[in-house]
Amino acid sequence: MNLTAIRAMYVSEMARFFRTFMQSFLSPVISTSLYFVVFGAAIGSRIDEVEGVSYGSFIVPGLIMLSVMTQGISNASFGIYFPKFTGTIYELLSAPINFLEVVIGFAGAAATKALFIGTVILGTSALFVEMQIQRPLVMVLFLVLTCVSFALFGFIIGIWAKNFEQLQLIPLLVITPLVFLGGSFYSINMLPPIWQTITMFNPVVYLISGFRWSFFGVADVPILTSLLAIGLFQGLCLLAVWWIFKTGWRIRK
Amino acid sequence: MTNILSLESVEKTYDSGFTALHGVDLTLKEGEILALLGPNGAGKTTLISCICGTVMPTGGKITVGGYDALTDFRKARSLVGLVPQEIHLEPFSRVWDTVRYTRGLFGKKRDNAHIERILKELSLWDKRDSRVVELSGGMKRRVLIAKALSHEPRILFLDEPTAGVDVDLRKEMWEVVAKLKASGVSIVLTTHYIEEAEAMADRIGVINGGRLALIEEKDALMSRLGRKSLKIELETPVSEIPEALRSYNLEFADDGYSLVYEYEAGASRTGITRLLSDLRDAGLCMNDLSTRQSSLEEIFVSLVQSQEEARS
Repeated sequence: MNLTAIRAMYVSEMARFFRTFMQSFLSPVISTSLYFVVFGAAIGSRIDEVEGVSYGSFIVPGLIMLSVMTQGISNASFGIYFPKFTGTIYELLSAPINFLEVVIGFAGAAATKALFIGTVILGTSALFVEMQIQRPLVMVLFLVLTCVSFALFGFIIGIWAKNFEQLQLIPLLVITPLVFLGGSFYSINMLPPIWQTITMFNPVVYLISGFRWSFFGVADVPILTSLLAIGLFQGLCLLAVWWIFKTGWRIRK
Repeated sequence: MTNILSLESVEKTYDSGFTALHGVDLTLKEGEILALLGPNGAGKTTLISCICGTVMPTGGKITVGGYDALTDFRKARSLVGLVPQEIHLEPFSRVWDTVRYTRGLFGKKRDNAHIERILKELSLWDKRDSRVVELSGGMKRRVLIAKALSHEPRILFLDEPTAGVDVDLRKEMWEVVAKLKASGVSIVLTTHYIEEAEAMADRIGVINGGRLALIEEKDALMSRLGRKSLKIELETPVSEIPEALRSYNLEFADDGYSLVYEYEAGASRTGITRLLSDLRDAGLCMNDLSTRQSSLEEIFVSLVQSQEEARS
């Protein structure tokens, strides 16, 4: 393992994040506050309680998941796509490092950024609603697993993308709808039966449900199923990364 | 001297089916400067890319400093610095940071003194805190060189270091290369400027159509293939060559005011003395004499042409 190289990549990626620190910090704070104003105050006042939890609190895990997933993907995909775009990827290819080290450096930094943003949202939420986290360890585990898996997923997208449009394509067309329809803002039980069945095919449901369970002890699906789902997704991403590593797909001609 | 680099029948066929390299053999001695000449698309960049790891060769064996470039890539690559043809730099990073980043990527411990030395050597020290976007084209190229030198490589690859660069900057690059050679770094550079190879290289390789057409010491190449011509300016013009001078294959120039005699520069008997005495015997009076040696460019063009004729 070339630890010095991993550190160099990680630090350089984090430096980009810190260059725009205020923007990285303020935008999740503002967007979270807006969600609370719209969903918590305006709509939430008519919903009252979901599964015994006040609506404002109920949406917090979903909000965090929404940001962590999209941030993890966009940071990692942009992080590795940018060197491809500027041509500086030649350095990564000619350096005495293997692909795994590149993944750890780049996806690791992207996961760290997502984790930071998730924590900021959690803190902001505490200003608006009463927070309770019944199982903090499970909460942290879920959060970290989600950050890492979606950073890996974003890394794969960044390797795959041939232009900026493709970079936006999957987050916009696949991830955002799945997250919004995955129970971020509602309980699956509130849907008509047919939609409940359809929703079960949405993998994001399992992540949000599990994450919410760590907060309130209520879930749409059993917690083990949720853990299995995130484990499976992580496994698939690792498999894809391994395959890219073996074949040099879209990196090394 | 030991070989720092050796290539054995290195081949590359791209996914598109295009074969860029047809089995190239090559060695580089420690401390040597090798210039690879060739027209556009000859395979120069592909060859360099295969050695540096940015392109996977489809056949053959490459060893750098005794380490196999594929199976022992960590050791092999840490000996190599690459300066790409295009200016590939992250526009918003600062000079100091980007050079230090490369050193880190190559797994070398932080050494600010070394980076300071490189930046000073390349006249970039004043610009160490500038962002790459703020630099001129020549400075950006020097940043690329600084990055390539940041991890103290033993071979430096310069892929067309002076392509699209003005005359002043080209001279400056030559000076940089001369300094590097003095510091003991082996250098492989590709170029299609013959004068560049002539000015810098110890040895010259010519690549054409993915094959190494020739590789030879520069001086030997020049004397082996170089032809010289002797131009004799006459006092009064002649309309035809006198009978006694027919065997010299002289040619007219300047409307009969000059005669041109071609001979091999490296030949032991050039025939000049005999020609001059025969000229006097034939009653021709000379005004002036001048000789000219064919440049590497002419050698190169005739070589490429004869190869293409042989193939067609």
